[in-house]
Amino acid sequence: MAKITFKENLCKGCGMCVNACPKNILELDKTRLNVKGYHPAVIKDQEKCIGCTSCAIMCPDVVITVER
Amino acid sequence: MAVVFDKPKALTDVPFHYCPGCTHGIVHRLVAEVIDELGIAGDTVGVASVGCSVFSYNYFDCDMVQAPHGRAPAVATGLKRSLPDNVIFTYQGDGDLAAIGMAETVHAATRGENITVIFINNAIYGMTGGQMAPTSLPGQVTQTTPYGRDTSVAGHPIRVCELLSTLSGTALAQRVTVDSVKNVNIAKKAIKKAFENQINKRGYSIVEVLSTCPTNWGLSPEEALKWLQNNMIPYYPLGVYKDVTAEKEA
Ligand code: SF4
Ligand code: SF4
Ligand code: SF4
Repeated sequence: MAKITFKENLCKGCGMCVNACPKNILELDKTRLNVKGYHPAVIKDQEKCIGCTSCAIMCPDVVITVER
Repeated sequence: MAVVFDKPKALTDVPFHYCPGCTHGIVHRLVAEVIDELGIAGDTVGVASVGCSVFSYNYFDCDMVQAPHGRAPAVATGLKRSLPDNVIFTYQGDGDLAAIGMAETVHAATRGENITVIFINNAIYGMTGGQMAPTSLPGQVTQTTPYGRDTSVAGHPIRVCELLSTLSGTALAQRVTVDSVKNVNIAKKAIKKAFENQINKRGYSIVEVLSTCPTNWGLSPEEALKWLQNNMIPYYPLGVYKDVTAEKEA
């Protein structure tokens, strides 16, 4: 069981986390904009997260916190 | 559950101004993680340079000095010589370090100044809008080389680690990149060694980080990482060019 959280208003929608996730459970939410005007990254299926921290390691804006 | 990844303490809460997907942010975080792990935030003085990373003084939660363009190694020399017990690092891009600051860089290295240099090589001038840098690749299209860098006119790119590794004062010259989780971890180890070398009084340590500039390369963040892998790494091979600690161990 692992959990990731986003400081969403820091996200720039770059997609680096999406590409880094080995479980393919991240996506940019095209239905919303954050305060910066970007589509923020979200997790589609928290249950499948293995807490590997790959997403957080590749995020240039230190948006992601990982717990496991 | 325990927190296994969070923002390092040596970063302030100020949001980075960098473009989406710019790998400057990853390198900032690695430097801050190393400062945390070594417990040196209270003793560290960073020297910000001129270029996209000019505002790094807002992001690192330690004392920071802003140097004139290219002069970060000279400012760092003054800081280190007057405050020998403090840890001094510079954070410089290729326009700053390899163009206007090349003299300061070469002389700081050959004097063996006991400082740590984090060098971002993204093969272009970022902040000023994408002009050719000393590190732009042969054939690379930039604002000032619209038909591609012609080496018969504009000369050849400078391989900074190779060049500095020939100088006796250089303790560490290592080239890394941050295009994947594996390489980010290697980059962090190199940055940590560059700080530890200073604490152990070994001399000038430089870590060159091949980095992306999605904005001025005109690519998406994902495409920029691929461009780096396909074009920069072949010209600028990753690896250790000089490491006095390895030579001592061998
Ligand atoms: S921690 Fe690993 S598995 Fe979980 S979302 Fe991030 S990259 Fe994917
Ligand atoms: S890597 Fe970071 S900034 Fe980029 S989309 Fe993911 S959370 Fe947002
Ligand atoms: S211009 Fe290039 S180097 Fe500068 S912040 Fe934007 S992407 Fe990064």
